[in-house]
Amino acid sequence: MRADLELIYDWVPEHARILDLGCGDGTLLAALAKHKNVSGYGLEIDPEGITACLGKGVNVLEQNLDDGLGNFDDDACDLVIMTQALQALRRPDVMLDEMLRVAPECIIAFPNFAYWKHRLHLTLRGRMPVSRSLPHAWYDTPNIHLSTFRDFANLCRDKGVTIVDQAVGSADHEGHWSSRLWPNLFGETAIFRVRRGR
Amino acid sequence: MSASFPSDSVGLVTPQIATFESPLALACGKTLERFELIYETYGTLSAERNNAVLVCHALSGHHHAAGYHSADERKPGWWDAYIGPGKAIDTDRFFVVSLNNLGGCHGSTGPCSLNPETGRQWGPTFPVMTVADWVHSQARLADRLGIERFAAVVGGSLGGMQAMQWSIAYPERVANVAVIAATPRLSAQNIAFNEVARQAIRSDPDFHDGWYAEHEAIPKLGLKLARMIGHITYLSEHSMGSRFGRDLRSDQLNFGYDVEFQVESYLRHQGDTFSTRFDANTYLLMTKALDYFDPAGQHGGDLAAALAPVACPYLVVSFTTDWRFAPARSRELVNALLRAGKSVSYVNVDSPHGHDAFLLPNDHYEAVFGSFMRRIHVELSGEAA
Repeated sequence: MRADLELIYDWVPEHARILDLGCGDGTLLAALAKHKNVSGYGLEIDPEGITACLGKGVNVLEQNLDDGLGNFDDDACDLVIMTQALQALRRPDVMLDEMLRVAPECIIAFPNFAYWKHRLHLTLRGRMPVSRSLPHAWYDTPNIHLSTFRDFANLCRDKGVTIVDQAVGSADHEGHWSSRLWPNLFGETAIFRVRRGR
Repeated sequence: MSASFPSDSVGLVTPQIATFESPLALACGKTLERFELIYETYGTLSAERNNAVLVCHALSGHHHAAGYHSADERKPGWWDAYIGPGKAIDTDRFFVVSLNNLGGCHGSTGPCSLNPETGRQWGPTFPVMTVADWVHSQARLADRLGIERFAAVVGGSLGGMQAMQWSIAYPERVANVAVIAATPRLSAQNIAFNEVARQAIRSDPDFHDGWYAEHEAIPKLGLKLARMIGHITYLSEHSMGSRFGRDLRSDQLNFGYDVEFQVESYLRHQGDTFSTRFDANTYLLMTKALDYFDPAGQHGGDLAAALAPVACPYLVVSFTTDWRFAPARSRELVNALLRAGKSVSYVNVDSPHGHDAFLLPNDHYEAVFGSFMRRIHVELSGEAA
């Protein structure tokens, strides 16, 4: 499982009702259903991802996140998870409100644009960073709202959303002491667990 | 002989008839004292009797869903693209049951059958059937075949409504449901199209209030018009456009009312063929069953409440260009299932073919449907182990 998914897996309580936004091939939901008795739905638009979810017995709905979560009632579930999708949304701030309407708590993982390699890339080459976590060129990237670890923390503060837990990860699993000390600089992927209200 | 059939075909199939002597109470208040159902099966029922899949047919469908009735049959069954060895409904894994519904005109008891009370054809006096009635009759067939619980009940269009109804009426007897290109209820526009079709049939001078058989007549013109209007709603503007465009039969305009455009020729041909092979009273009855289907109706319009008994996972599939039962209608069903807290997956398949897409080959449709069905089989194998 991807490094950020492993961390998220540990954060999910048993028997939770979950919504996974951009669930990909359903790996996380399938593992959670099998080992933690979690139930829920994944939202995905990629045809291969959808087919893979069906093969795993994961409930998957073809639904574009930019169309909102209007088909889910307030508090429809316990936890909403969104990995690697925040930066591709038209209005990430509106989505955060929507997620915290549908569940009291959510977990969001996204590429941290302030990662030192990205900073170096921009500083030395004067060009938009292209990396393992941001593999696209500026003109064809789906990532239209890049942000940093600190940006997201500020958004939560401005919205009166409580940050329960935060972490950074790298694509090769192991956390490093430096990323705990300076997450905004040394974290490649930012992961937040936030709760509605203060 | 069998060498002449494609390797992914179920090959030669023979319909069977099951006779039921105990009465079936119907939604309309009447009772069928005895009835027959014609059906076909493909594949082998497992020793555990847990791998049966019920295929429900649409408006003008029947029991012949896959394979061939004879070596010279030109076209295979109506869902042959999805039923067969290695296909989405894999007959190497599943035992498929496909029947002609009551009121049909392909061998099950219907308007063309004799009414034992009068010794006369039922004709227009055959009771108007509902989707719920059909599902009850299908449950009788399942009993007869020794199937306590279907691994899946699947269907497109009106067939999808039957699959829905199964999960509501017999939640303990169905392990999975696939509802394809269907709707939880017809819109006013849908009913309007059906009404035009019915009026076309009923106003045909050869209809004789439904007693045309006794007058040795067939309301061909009415059936033809009904099929023409129906057919328009099965295709998309795009599929009609790309197939016929404004092409003319001859190279010039004739300034008359004979067939000039290719699309006119096509529709007339479709109508003509249909009018000789389908029964008018059955057509009327089937459209009524469509109009009446509304599980939410008994729950003050609350579809989620109607779906409360559901105890199995749903796969809901719609097609992007289907305007007869548009993707929004499938999403109504999906959202009601979500509100009811049920297991559901939803896919909106990209296809240019309108409502008819559910019958036609399509890679993505095949992939998602096949993936859903394979998972069912994997779970069955787990149960057996």
